Amino acid sequence: MTTTYRRPMRLLALFVMLLLVLITLFPIYWVVRTSLLPKSAIFSNPGSLLPSTVTLSNYGRLFGLYDSATAQKMGGVGLEFNFLRYLSHTIFVATIITLTQVLFSAAGAYAFARLHFPLRKQIFGLYLGALMVPGIVMTIPNFILVKDLGWLNSFMGIMAPSLLMSPFTVFFLRQFFISISRELEEAAYIDGAGKFMVFFRIIVPLSTAPLGTISIITFINIWSDYMWPLLVGSSDKVRMLTVALGIFRQQAPATGPDWGGLMAGAALSMLPILLLFMIFGKKVLNSIGFSGFR
Amino acid sequence: MKALSAIELRRGKVRSFSIVHLKDYLIAYVFIIPSLAGFAIFFAIPAIRGLVLSFTDWNLLNSPTFIRFENYLRLSQDEEFWNSLWVTIQYVVENVPIQTLSSLLIAVLMAKVGTSMAFRGVMIIPWLLPNVVVALLWSWLLDPAFGFINEVIKQFGHGPLPFLTSTAMALPSVVGINIWRHMGYIALMIFAGIQSIPKEVDEAALIDGAGPWRAFFHVTLPLLRPVLAFVVITAIIGSFQIYDTVAIATKGGPVQSTWVLNFLIYKTAFEGYEMGYATAVTMVLFAILIGITFIQMRLMRAGEAD
Repeated sequence: MTTTYRRPMRLLALFVMLLLVLITLFPIYWVVRTSLLPKSAIFSNPGSLLPSTVTLSNYGRLFGLYDSATAQKMGGVGLEFNFLRYLSHTIFVATIITLTQVLFSAAGAYAFARLHFPLRKQIFGLYLGALMVPGIVMTIPNFILVKDLGWLNSFMGIMAPSLLMSPFTVFFLRQFFISISRELEEAAYIDGAGKFMVFFRIIVPLSTAPLGTISIITFINIWSDYMWPLLVGSSDKVRMLTVALGIFRQQAPATGPDWGGLMAGAALSMLPILLLFMIFGKKVLNSIGFSGFR
Repeated sequence: MKALSAIELRRGKVRSFSIVHLKDYLIAYVFIIPSLAGFAIFFAIPAIRGLVLSFTDWNLLNSPTFIRFENYLRLSQDEEFWNSLWVTIQYVVENVPIQTLSSLLIAVLMAKVGTSMAFRGVMIIPWLLPNVVVALLWSWLLDPAFGFINEVIKQFGHGPLPFLTSTAMALPSVVGINIWRHMGYIALMIFAGIQSIPKEVDEAALIDGAGPWRAFFHVTLPLLRPVLAFVVITAIIGSFQIYDTVAIATKGGPVQSTWVLNFLIYKTAFEGYEMGYATAVTMVLFAILIGITFIQMRLMRAGEAD
């Protein structure tokens, strides 16, 4: 098919693609480049494409390797930033939510796809409707609820609204479960299997691909979340990576932000998610169409 | 006697059926209850509570009093609200068409020219990064004094441009940042749509003498309509809720030029503690989104009829 496009068109298309790749990757390169520069070099030679001198001191500061006087000399703003702690918070929260949310949403999705019970259609309709409600509508009352429960600045508070379900996860999995042929299940029922047996032994193993996809999407969403964890979990003992970076940015002194430290923090926050993508990337790429419209 | 026993038999059957049903229902509810509990506690009840709060003057400290439509009346005369609404609409109107068109272009490139997985893999990377990180890296690239973009502009003999620090450029810059993050992801959705069009349709058009351009505009594009409709409506709903990028990159400024609705709501609720008033604004946002979805569905249905 591509041969029908004339040669100059094809060259132009390849050029545009190259440009797009550059626009996409260059900012990420720039983060890494800046993070490797000492403070003096960031401002003395702001346009040099390659780092003139390379230092790991920005990273060292994030890991708390220097005392505060040394760190401030290196360009720090005297703010304690314990990267490993915030990273562990984010990994903990994202992992727990992904596991429980996908499990309970899958159970619900299976009920909507296969089981019969009163109000099934109406409840599913409500779930669908919730996809259209802007998140902020729930944010204020949920904040009040979490506050009244005494869960402010606790992991429970950060995780609670996402622990049991997300309407999108239920919807996504239901669409897949509906498409599974019923024959295997019916055979299992004839053999005397119960509903739970069928769900865990037949449906779940048949659905590893969509379950994997929705797990990755959920994990990335929680990893990236900012407003909710900022609201209910800004204290240091539960602070997540995005919140920590946001606070780091807000507390910039009048002399200007600590760009070296910020970019090192940004680079480190990208790294785990990019590694995850390298491992599962193919799955994510192939399933994005599916998640959209089916 | 015989008839009676038949009825009894049927009754028994009916009863045993309903017992079977009851057991099935119970099992079904075991499957559904965790998600239903989560939905009720953190989605349905809060949404209703938000609506109720929007008719009160609650500020976290007082006990809420019912003040009818006062919040909504106040809102209709509140310049800050109208400015926010206007800023948000501008954002949506700038963001959605540019984003959709560039994504469409990228999707066509993915499908027809650079079919390799690598191109798709690279294009989706920005979407994997948290908004906070994206906003931070662009704040640095667009920095007026030392940012790379301004270094390039200086090479061409122009002064530094105040991308995020001037009222004229801040909102378009936020639009650009968000397009950078989302275009690859949306392109992949459109790409999946193009892939689902049978090859024969395209080939038939080409055999009939249509050039590749005509084939694209008269065959591929109309077939992509449902996909594009989905992409556009999701983009509109998402764009109306922009928050993270603004909070990190511009803090709503300068002079409220990026003071989007979600930012106004956040400030009103969590810095001004005017919960009643803030929830009223969330309800207006909700109503706008319902309206847009409704119009969009009408348009789509009209499209199906012709």
